[in-house]
Amino acid sequence: MSPQPTASATTQPIIEMCGVNKWFGQFQVLKDIDLDVSRGERVVVCGPSGSGKSTLIRCLNRLEEHDEGRIVIDGTVLDDDTRHIAAVRREVGMVFQQFNLFPHLTVLDNCVLAQVRARKTPRAEAEQRAMSYLERVRIPEQAGKFPGQLSGGQQQRVAIARSLCMEPKIMLFDEPTSALDPEMIKEVLDVMGDLAQSGMTMICVTHEMGFARKVADTMVFMDGGRIIESSPPAAFFSSPTSERTRQFLNQILSH
Amino acid sequence: MNASALPSCMMLPSTASARPDASRPPPSRRRRRLTRTDAVLATMALALITFVVWQTHTVLDYRWNWSSIWPFVLKTDPTTGRLEPNLIITGLVTTLRLAVWGILLSGAIGIAMGLARTSKRLLPRLIGGSYVMLIRNIPPVVFVFIFFYFIASQITPALGLADRIRDAGPAARWLLSVLFGDVRLIENFVIGLLCLSFFTGAYVTEIVRAGIQSVSRQQIEAGESLGLSKGDVMRFVIFPQAARNVLPPMAGQFIQLIKDSSLVSLVSIQELSFMAQDVQVSTQRVFEVLIFVAAIYFVICFGLSRVFEWLERRAAVAYR
Repeated sequence: MSPQPTASATTQPIIEMCGVNKWFGQFQVLKDIDLDVSRGERVVVCGPSGSGKSTLIRCLNRLEEHDEGRIVIDGTVLDDDTRHIAAVRREVGMVFQQFNLFPHLTVLDNCVLAQVRARKTPRAEAEQRAMSYLERVRIPEQAGKFPGQLSGGQQQRVAIARSLCMEPKIMLFDEPTSALDPEMIKEVLDVMGDLAQSGMTMICVTHEMGFARKVADTMVFMDGGRIIESSPPAAFFSSPTSERTRQFLNQILSH
Repeated sequence: MNASALPSCMMLPSTASARPDASRPPPSRRRRRLTRTDAVLATMALALITFVVWQTHTVLDYRWNWSSIWPFVLKTDPTTGRLEPNLIITGLVTTLRLAVWGILLSGAIGIAMGLARTSKRLLPRLIGGSYVMLIRNIPPVVFVFIFFYFIASQITPALGLADRIRDAGPAARWLLSVLFGDVRLIENFVIGLLCLSFFTGAYVTEIVRAGIQSVSRQQIEAGESLGLSKGDVMRFVIFPQAARNVLPPMAGQFIQLIKDSSLVSLVSIQELSFMAQDVQVSTQRVFEVLIFVAAIYFVICFGLSRVFEWLERRAAVAYR
């Protein structure tokens, strides 16, 4: 990857999706997706289940392959070239609904493994960085424990720290609070809020509309594999343009 | 809730009503180590064993003579007067060598073929699949003979073991004899070992495949999203978890390997059961030798299963 001139780096979007289509068998999950995200932008993606939100963000680090269209992440085109995929994955962190911590490794080793193997960071330095991020998510005292000994909220915060240890430019969140008990949702959202404040580029699939309203720069509403609406939260919540968005918001905000 | 509103059977002892929110120690549980049913069952089992032993004693009318097998365990050297291992011990050592090398080699084959079988590409999958299908679906005895007469006769000259051993220096010969036994029989031993390992490897392959597939897809995704290479995901994420999951069936398979090692006696590998047949012929004491050798196998296999139990406990501790 050649370094980009600084002028375009600030103006050019860090994520470009253009005419992206994807099928699971005969079923089309993504339809003509166009989405640009600029540096430091916080995007919240919402929509009914099965609308393609997760697939959309999983295409951004190639956990899913798109069939048509073009995805460019920070100047790297995502295609079959494994070097491109590796380059993109170095820049993009991901947090999953089910945390997906490595159960056989301690919290610290969960945070150290990829640094040492993928970034070739010396172990001592990797541990130091791991501890600093565990402090940032407010659980340095759990470093020696195994994931199975932690609560869901704690595990998700470790998962966030694990991703941050790779110092990504973009963070993807795939329904990070959906598997959590209500009293643990806040601790995770707080950490994500801190991260948003720090200027991280974030794309977050979530149903937490309070969080979205507070943090998002852009709200994206998806249904049936299409982006139906994309607007700043103020406009999105007060005057959605599409009838489908209004229905959806009514349903999830009614209680 | 008011305690008196509860039906009497649900009422707690009076100590609990003092502070309802304070946690209290669990109620003492009566620990019954042996119930009446246990006692009855144990008696019945004992009675059955006594009956069988008594029956064999009277019906079989066999004069037990255990003392005649001892000279075949240890013999006295006629010139030095020192005790030396005889057939049974020599056979036992060969069996142990077969077991150790067999576990290592069949484990290696199983891991390689298990990886091939879970590969994304078609060719490795085909190779792994055919290997398992071919070996698992023919009787072990047939496999031993086919391997010995058709495959081994081509492997042996290709390896050229005999020549190399002849050229080896005294130190190397000593090392070889420690690792593989009598240097004159190494070629023979290696054929037996390969046969046993290829045979067991097919079953290990399936266990490895099951182990790899037991680790959830999401673990792979987590590893890949962190930028780990495919090899690193396999090595540091999938493999350690798979290994824990397959400990119980793997223990069974390796115990099976030790017992199956007696099959290669069919092609004159002089391990424990081969020697046992020799001793049976020499002493004419069929049952004593059989039972004695069975006891030896039992001790080895039981020891190995205890090792695996320990590994399982250790793996469980690491998780939480």
